[in-house]
Amino acid sequence: MPFIPHTDADVRTMLDVIGARRIDDLFDEIPAELKSGPLDGVPPAVNEMDITRIMHERAARDGMLLNFIGAGAYEHHIPAAVWAVTTRGEFYSAYTPYQAEASQGTLQTIYEFQTMMASLTAMEVSNASLYDGASALAEACLMAVRAHRKSKVARILLPASLNPTYRKVARAIAGLQEFTFDEVPYDAATGNIRVESLAAFGAQDITALVIQQPNFFGVLEDVDELTRWARKNGTFIIAVVNPTSLALLKPPGKWGDNGVDIVCGEGQPLGVPLSSGGPYFGFMTTRMAHVRQMPGRIVGRTLDLDGRPGFTLTLQAREQHIRRGKATSNICTNQGLLVTAATIYLTLLGPAGLKRVASASHERTQELVRALTRIPGVRIKFSGPRFHEAVIALDRPAAGVLAALAERGIMGGLDLGALHVELGDAVLVCATETKTAADINTYATALADILKSARAA
Amino acid sequence: MSKIPSDLKYTKSHEWVRSLPDGSVDIGITDHAQDALGDLVFVEVPEPGRTLAAGEACAVVESVKAASDVYSPVAGEVIDGNADLVATPELVNQDPYGNGWLLKLKPADKSALAKLMDAAAYTKHLETESH
Repeated sequence: MPFIPHTDADVRTMLDVIGARRIDDLFDEIPAELKSGPLDGVPPAVNEMDITRIMHERAARDGMLLNFIGAGAYEHHIPAAVWAVTTRGEFYSAYTPYQAEASQGTLQTIYEFQTMMASLTAMEVSNASLYDGASALAEACLMAVRAHRKSKVARILLPASLNPTYRKVARAIAGLQEFTFDEVPYDAATGNIRVESLAAFGAQDITALVIQQPNFFGVLEDVDELTRWARKNGTFIIAVVNPTSLALLKPPGKWGDNGVDIVCGEGQPLGVPLSSGGPYFGFMTTRMAHVRQMPGRIVGRTLDLDGRPGFTLTLQAREQHIRRGKATSNICTNQGLLVTAATIYLTLLGPAGLKRVASASHERTQELVRALTRIPGVRIKFSGPRFHEAVIALDRPAAGVLAALAERGIMGGLDLGALHVELGDAVLVCATETKTAADINTYATALADILKSARAA
Repeated sequence: MSKIPSDLKYTKSHEWVRSLPDGSVDIGITDHAQDALGDLVFVEVPEPGRTLAAGEACAVVESVKAASDVYSPVAGEVIDGNADLVATPELVNQDPYGNGWLLKLKPADKSALAKLMDAAAYTKHLETESH
């Protein structure tokens, strides 16, 4: 599809036809006092050569740190073919194609993505993706309230072990719609939710329980017991999952006795680079019974007039261009390019490859925890089973230790001080398959050294 | 020409209301409405116990062409929704005044029914709308 800008002559011709002098005349309905002037603080334009130089200089300032931070976005190896294929001209548009007659390849890619996500989560149907994991959870909360018609309230239980950014985004998006969010405490020893702590909510009208697996601390939740509690209480279950972990862990469609209602999460681990925080993509899968309440686009497989298989957007009566204000969501697009990368990533790895990535990440994190907790002044915070992250407690101020590590080229983890004051000097660490035994040794040696000199001082 | 049974009441937005001996009413969409929508693929009916205001959106009918709200002709409490429509929405197309009923309502004020159109007025309304 060509994108050809109008020439000055084209613009003049069009203005003459409609009898307007200038383009600005087209906006003369807007009262002058509502129009803003130039934006403050925006520097004048620079040319491509200058901006490229500035970008390179700033990128160099970030350095090439040895990264042990996860906390929601994970450094995995991305096979070179993933982005070589994704950036081919045929795929290189971020936009969901409307026109089935011109977009069969892109639509099929999204359909394959949906099939993979449904299979990975063991659910019946997937959408074409959402913007990121945090807003996917917010959308899942809104969806649960719409879909759970027996619940007369909009009340959601959020575990205190949920990613704090997700909680913030869910509150920001759904909070304005008179939602109540109650917090479920985690067990200070194990780092996960004990089903007994839900007893206080038993026999109450609770719309949905959110379960993050693995949770923000990297600890595995007892998903079967939590799911059974929710079912018994007539509460919907929203699972927030790490897609890589699903190669090893029980998929949400099989939690408890008959699975969860909605699954969502951050798709970044599947072939999307960290890129200073984005763009990433969110995913969502559900049961067919709830599909009409699902936000976002859905690609379906159908037959054309001659009986040949083809792909098209489907179930669009959920969406804004048909249902206007009563649409399920204001999301009417997807993260097309990132989903393309994820689809190619999963295709290249296959189920066995994804399992190797997940197993290696788990094993590296176990090695990291063993290496770090051998150091005097470092101990593991939680006793619960983990996937590829762990919280370590330090006997020195965490911020200072992390700064000293950074000086040695190591990002030693996320300081939990501001997010979880109750944990004291605690650091969330992560090692994926990208970290070697030598990397882990580099980190452990540096940390031992820093703590030793801190004690000596 | 669409069917307009003489024993029912009607609204301008193409709902019908049947008064039952126990004081409750059945509500559905008219033959004209189902014909205009085309083949229905999904119907959402309200949960029993829900209180509706007159004119409040209480059901959704989705066809291959469009999705539309159904508005409650009178205020009242929902006694029942037609659960058969979940699996077989086409009942609305096949039998809009019978098996294709949408919901059963206990009207808050029975005199409100008198303000709705009768078959003759609805026939006239359809004629005006088509011009």
